[in-house]
Amino acid sequence: MSPLKVVETAHTALGSVESITDGLARVGYIASRRIATALFMAAHLEKPVLVEGVAGVGKTELAISAAAMLGLPLIRMQCYEGLDESKALYEWKYGKQLLYTQILKDHMGAQMSGAPDMATAMERLHGAGDLFFSEPFLEPRPLLRALRQEGGAVLLIDEIDKSDEAFEAFLLEMLSAFQVSIPEIGVIRATVRPVVFLTSNNVRDLGDALKRRCLHLHIPLPDARLEERIVASRVPGIDARLRTELVGFVQSLRTLDLRKLPSISETVDWARALVLLHARALDADLVRETLNVLLKFEQDIIAVEPKLGEFLTHAAQPDKGG
Amino acid sequence: MQRTLEDFLRALRAIEVRVSPAESIDAHKAVAKVGYGDRVLLKDALCITLAKTAEDVDRFDACFDTFFSRDAFGVRATAPGDNAGASNQSQPWLAGMLMADDAAGLASAMEAAAGRARTGEIWLSSQRSLLTRRMLDEMGLRELETLIARLRGGDAPHDRTMAEALAARRQDLFAQAARFVERQALLYASETGRRLRDNLLAGQKLTSVAPEDFKAMEVLVRRMAKRLASRYARKRHRARRGALDVRKTIRRSMGYGGVPFDIVWKRRTIDKPKIMVLCDVSRSVAAAAQFLLLFLYSLNEVVERLDAFAFSDRLICVNDLLDDAKVDDAITLILKRVGFRPTDYGRALADFIARAGAKVDRHTTVIILGDGRSNYADPRVDLMRKVSERARAVIWLNPEPTTYWNQGDSKMNAYSRFCSIAKTCNTLRQLEAIIDEVLRTYIPK
Repeated sequence: MSPLKVVETAHTALGSVESITDGLARVGYIASRRIATALFMAAHLEKPVLVEGVAGVGKTELAISAAAMLGLPLIRMQCYEGLDESKALYEWKYGKQLLYTQILKDHMGAQMSGAPDMATAMERLHGAGDLFFSEPFLEPRPLLRALRQEGGAVLLIDEIDKSDEAFEAFLLEMLSAFQVSIPEIGVIRATVRPVVFLTSNNVRDLGDALKRRCLHLHIPLPDARLEERIVASRVPGIDARLRTELVGFVQSLRTLDLRKLPSISETVDWARALVLLHARALDADLVRETLNVLLKFEQDIIAVEPKLGEFLTHAAQPDKGG
Repeated sequence: MQRTLEDFLRALRAIEVRVSPAESIDAHKAVAKVGYGDRVLLKDALCITLAKTAEDVDRFDACFDTFFSRDAFGVRATAPGDNAGASNQSQPWLAGMLMADDAAGLASAMEAAAGRARTGEIWLSSQRSLLTRRMLDEMGLRELETLIARLRGGDAPHDRTMAEALAARRQDLFAQAARFVERQALLYASETGRRLRDNLLAGQKLTSVAPEDFKAMEVLVRRMAKRLASRYARKRHRARRGALDVRKTIRRSMGYGGVPFDIVWKRRTIDKPKIMVLCDVSRSVAAAAQFLLLFLYSLNEVVERLDAFAFSDRLICVNDLLDDAKVDDAITLILKRVGFRPTDYGRALADFIARAGAKVDRHTTVIILGDGRSNYADPRVDLMRKVSERARAVIWLNPEPTTYWNQGDSKMNAYSRFCSIAKTCNTLRQLEAIIDEVLRTYIPK
């Protein structure tokens, strides 16, 4: 059965952009049209998606939600500097290999004893199957596991920009052909092509070769309407008026020149905090006390405080402010 | 429809969204999947396959909207008399369509004519009027004009009103066609224009760059510097990863009874170049100095340390100025402090040795930018010898062509004896080549 067939039969969710939007919404991820289209194209062109955007905008969450929607296992690989193939792809089970050679030695002694001369012994040695480098001794790491997963998987390669360039080059074969070469064994191909997400925070520029192999999805900070829907989905208990106000407030914060703009995860955290505090509407004191949920730098908090009043009136009448 | 997509990809390339053949195949596959029916879906799907950075996404969106937008033909309110001749069989079809105010027909006729006139191949915005005319000719403008002339000459008042109506519509058609070609120029010609300009600027004399080109020049300098920087950064990266040094490893393992505890890697240590620049900022050389400094500062990734000095009749260190102010502002400040005075190379060299002589060592490359005209003051060639003995290399960049060297008050030939490289450098291209050479000598192949 071709991979595409599997995708179509097992996951009717991927049938159209609308069904993806609905499917993601059902698992709690409110996707913009472009996000849903990216997932749609990824499934049908069988290409990995490179997701970029500022921290907390829902890049990793997208992969997790996609896995939940498709009912596939999520295999996650966190990248960091110094990550290499023995941690990402496979490792040999050295201990077992050593035991194997011990057993082999004993076994060989018995076999070799009958040999009349050295040449026959060598022949017999070559004749015996060599399992030293073989799949049973292979310890699969995330990439290999994703390729060999029965029924497919969602592979999340998180923060690819934190790995070094050599590792990026190493990924190319995996991303374009969904196969990896293990020198001692040969090429291992995917049984079912996994849905691959790569995320990047733009710590460094990724190579063109990698970009070329991926579909590119840039998730911007959401507009007020989308953000309200996200908050509604993530924090179901929140009062509608409070929701509008707090989203309006966060939106106006984003117009400022801050060191770290609050992104969606901060908005959601803040909404949760306000719900816990049983708030029904925003007021200056409440905002001042909880501002540290939203802003992560002292300088940012100091910069925002004098403008609180203005933003609050603005947030209270979102229709006028636009 | 494949043609349309190809045109669109060309338009994207024109605004520097890189589209490789593989990506163009992806785009075709994407279109095959989503079709042309749903415009938003088409836009999203193409954007995801083609735009590779956040900036690309913005440019893509704008380009998509321009490319797939068509002005609707304005339809005139039809007076009853106007249409009287519309059914006349002897009329050229263009006139017929105009009189019938057939917007859809005109639009598709214009697309077809544009294809025949190859407006998509526009590569300079000055070709606009020519292409507009050619496109209108393809639509049958000549026949229309003959018809208008004939009707105007006719006796019947009916003919004359008809002629005026046609003339008015022809005016609209002109405007429409001009807008069409304008859009094509926007889509396709921006790239060639920019490339031509960049090419021209790279070969332009640094000392005679027009002020209005400064911005473009700066962009160019930074891009060139970035290209060099990335090339050398990669080489350095490669040199840092070493292979196992078997000999040394075995030697060290002796201490552990032959067990290789201590593994040694073959590593090449690569030092980043330390560069000291001395810039003559007398009037004739100041402009070139500005670009040299800008270039070197854009190289900060691969240059370990850059010490910059400016001189005319005396020498000052301008590191702080360059660090604090942006390079372009800094140059004005530097000029205010030491600029426009008669140069004295002897004094400048003496100042340099006094201030920074100790810092010059075998890792340092000294770059001197100046015309070597010392106004008949003592050139202090002995100091030049001293610098060249201590430094790894001395590079003299002279904005004047070699034929001028040593004429008048120029002491260039005396100095050039102590330089590893003494070259004319008066264009960005020469500058890039020379800096490339400086960097290359530090990197093992």
